[in-house]
Amino acid sequence: MAEKVIQNFNLNFGPQHPAAHGVLRLVLELDGEVIERADPHIGLLHRGTEKLIEYKTYLQAVPYFDRLDYVAPQNQEHAFALAAEKLLGIEAPPRAQWIRVLFAEIGRELNHLLNLTAFAMDVGAMTPMLWGFEQRERLMEFCERVSGARLHMAYFRPGGVAFDMPVGLAEDIRDWADAFPAFIDDLESLLTGNRIFRQRTVDIGKLTAEQCFDWGFSGPNLRASGIPWDLRKSQPYDVYDQVEFDIPVGTNGDCFDRYLVRVHEMRESVKIIHQCLDKMPVGPVRSPDGKVSPPTRGEMKRSMEALIHHFKLYTEGYHVPAGETYTAVEAPKGEFAVYLVSDGTNKPYRCKIRAPGFAFLQATEVASRGHMLADVVANIGSFDIVFGEIDR
Amino acid sequence: MDLALRDLGDYIADSLTEDILDNHLVGDELVLVARRVAIIRVLTFLRDDVNCQFKLLVDICGVDYPDREERFDVVYNLLSLTQNNRIRIKVTAGEDVPVPSATAVFSCANWWEREAWDLFGIPFADHPDLRRILTDYGFEGHPLRKDFPLTGYVEVRYDDALKRVVYEPVKLTQDFRTFDFLSPWEGTQTVLPGDEKAETPANGGA
Repeated sequence: MAEKVIQNFNLNFGPQHPAAHGVLRLVLELDGEVIERADPHIGLLHRGTEKLIEYKTYLQAVPYFDRLDYVAPQNQEHAFALAAEKLLGIEAPPRAQWIRVLFAEIGRELNHLLNLTAFAMDVGAMTPMLWGFEQRERLMEFCERVSGARLHMAYFRPGGVAFDMPVGLAEDIRDWADAFPAFIDDLESLLTGNRIFRQRTVDIGKLTAEQCFDWGFSGPNLRASGIPWDLRKSQPYDVYDQVEFDIPVGTNGDCFDRYLVRVHEMRESVKIIHQCLDKMPVGPVRSPDGKVSPPTRGEMKRSMEALIHHFKLYTEGYHVPAGETYTAVEAPKGEFAVYLVSDGTNKPYRCKIRAPGFAFLQATEVASRGHMLADVVANIGSFDIVFGEIDR
Repeated sequence: MDLALRDLGDYIADSLTEDILDNHLVGDELVLVARRVAIIRVLTFLRDDVNCQFKLLVDICGVDYPDREERFDVVYNLLSLTQNNRIRIKVTAGEDVPVPSATAVFSCANWWEREAWDLFGIPFADHPDLRRILTDYGFEGHPLRKDFPLTGYVEVRYDDALKRVVYEPVKLTQDFRTFDFLSPWEGTQTVLPGDEKAETPANGGA
């Protein structure tokens, strides 16, 4: 019998597919059910954020950062606030720094809750999603109480935060943080020892540390491959040098380790939240520099200078000295950074946004080659991909 | 920290005398300016040298300065986990002066270079797959260039008669407004009548 040449099968995965985590179009080449090639087509959510920011003042640029990784908006703002502060040569007052760390950790919980439960849903577990969203809702209520918005907070601003925390919020966050580890235990009881979950994740999408370096990995995905690297420890910003926490590290670099690292990071975040609430001093939450941070409403009623400042800040904005900086934070997904170039005017000359997910998605092909079609879904889920930040 | 970074900058400049044009600190960040043709050599050295070990290429991006002859800067940001350092390398590029692709040194450079090509039109030589990445299929122009208008040139809508999405030239119901806040007291250097003879104009120009 003559040998037949069998052509590989091409499959379009997405852009409208629940497991694509947004709008990913993945062109797959399959040999049977085994992945030969995976070519992600991105940009379906491209909104031109970087171009728009070049036409906005520094303060107007803040809300754009919420809309990048909309799962944990405050962590993106954090990077921009730090970058702008660095160029301006100012520092946020201590209380503002503690509030920022507190809410950055709440952002981390928000992100991991969504990612872990959505990942579990991708590989067949329904319940974690329902449980996780209840906790997420409670956290978003804290965000709403502090900033007025559940999701797009626009709360971390260059020079501090927008408002002080309202009375009673700290106690409620503490109550939540006391109860939350029990929820993590419940979540783990559903997944960590679950046979189906393990079969879908263990030894899937294994990446060595060398591969991770080559593909520009950071954050939990890098740590899952055994590299204890966390910007909060190694290049601390705000008050991260004053809190104690451990860095969970994986060993195998597979989907299951990426899951475990995130679960343990949630526990560590709870520790940080407790320390923030304990150590937070009282005091101002915005830089005293009237040329950067707006005056309070009360001052505006009495002081002519405050009124002028208010008008100037909300029309013209502040001028940032010429310079450039690459400022990175440890966002829940990995290293999120802003490369900000200022030319001395009130608008950024260039604002490049370095999204961690961009690097992860690029490695989909390496992680998935030789695996089954269903494992692509597990890989995408475990990489923690959100298209707001990848497409920008 | 600053001293150590300055030493590192000098060390790299000494090791690659011909390839590094300048090294300086911006704030507390080390910036190297490299020759465009030598970028592969510089990146390989930074990755493999025992004193550098910048194993992670975290970002590549373009910056547009339309007034310059070679209008683009290509900026590489590297991170060393063992030394806990960051470094920034800049090379210049023009619209038809390609930059050697870094994909052979760092695999992750692939998409960032595609992005720089897509948004700025910076060509990369020997890139395995230089397609557009963020903009629409069939998009024309390079949107992050300073001479590309913020509104773009075309807009899309769904045409019910044709039963498909159609592209049309952008129609603005209100003119695009931009405000120049450069203060006349701080910005331009006004020369009073008669004063122009006091100083001899600089030779050469830009």
